[in-house]
Amino acid sequence: MSHDHSDEHTEPPPDVELRVKALETLLVEKGLVDLAALDVLIDTYENQVGPRNGAQVVAKAWTDSAYRTWLLEDAAAAISSLGFAGRQGEHITVVENTPGVHNLVVCTLCSCYPWPVLGLPPIWYKSAPYRARAVADPRGVLTEFGTELPDDTQIHVWDSTAEMRYLVLPERPADTDDWSAEDLAVLVSRNAMIGTEKARLPKKARQK
Amino acid sequence: MNGPHDLGGQHGLGPIYPESEHEEPVFHANWERRVFALTLAAGAAGKWNLDQSRHARERQHPVAYLRHSYYENWLTGLETLLLENNMVTPNELASGIADSPPDPNHSPPLRADDVASALQRGKSVQMTIERSARFFIGERIRVVNNHPRGHTRAPRYTRGRTGLIRAHHGAHVFPDQNANGARVGEPLYSVEFTSCELWGTSGNPLDTIRVDLFEPYLEHA
Repeated sequence: MSHDHSDEHTEPPPDVELRVKALETLLVEKGLVDLAALDVLIDTYENQVGPRNGAQVVAKAWTDSAYRTWLLEDAAAAISSLGFAGRQGEHITVVENTPGVHNLVVCTLCSCYPWPVLGLPPIWYKSAPYRARAVADPRGVLTEFGTELPDDTQIHVWDSTAEMRYLVLPERPADTDDWSAEDLAVLVSRNAMIGTEKARLPKKARQK
Repeated sequence: MNGPHDLGGQHGLGPIYPESEHEEPVFHANWERRVFALTLAAGAAGKWNLDQSRHARERQHPVAYLRHSYYENWLTGLETLLLENNMVTPNELASGIADSPPDPNHSPPLRADDVASALQRGKSVQMTIERSARFFIGERIRVVNNHPRGHTRAPRYTRGRTGLIRAHHGAHVFPDQNANGARVGEPLYSVEFTSCELWGTSGNPLDTIRVDLFEPYLEHA
């Protein structure tokens, strides 16, 4: 959706860019930050770390039952074995969707999110409406994402109130028995790992 | 504190309007990139911890917190922490020009070469404590109806409500004291609430909400 809902996303005042520029200049001048380090931090989270990491974890769990068991028992270790670890992923729990149970992750108090596997959270995840409604009206939230669940599906909402981060293991789509982990990873959207959507259907992914 | 950040269950905030996953950039403006990186880089000096950082954002006037975009709240929080830790002066912040040369007693800033290892290392909040956990898995508990003025991670919507202890995460750093600079461990539990316990007749009997809550937030039901 576009950004023209001006009542929802108030535009920053025009001076915010100047305010940031001044702060950056000041902190560099005072020796409190290093300019080159800023560029590495930005590049890391803009280009290196993102939901493709989590998709690899999910695809491996779908194709390797021993790994799936490990992931559900000790997610941080299982995820770390694929090379994804560190800041905002020190403590991770993976919660598994099943035919009768759908999981949804939120942080009502701020924006806690498993960075090493998903990167930085999207705007909507950090927004007041999502944080307000995910715990009280998860079915309404899912409808807004176009996700329809059978009425008898249980929804488990996970509010990330401490330093435990949550990742949803979506259900593996049907008709993918002969798919490799690499191909399956394409079906694993970021939103499926937050729980606002399900994994993509094979047909849709192939058409892309 | 009963601040504007404690949003679970609030009404009137409107639809979510998610951007399409394929179209949404990580940052929506260059200044957002800079605020993100400045916050992480300045935080590497160790002058404040994660909970102090969160509390600096939460302490804004509620109208400002809700009006600001996400990274504006980060920017405000960062400025607050820099001022309170005497790392910059109000005059410097206003002018963008340093009044004094770098403090030779300051540790050197995070260097580009050290970013990857610092991020990879992360910061575990796992603690070792002497006493054993007070509540057992499967036990019914109530969240203490308490309204502390400082930082806390017990959301308002859980207070006074009963739930089931479903898991014990071990002892983690207790945010309420960490926000005051005291790193102490408290047992952390995953507590399950039924939707109807939290939201009454507006809840759905099939749904549950799991919340990670520290032992001092809980009492026997």
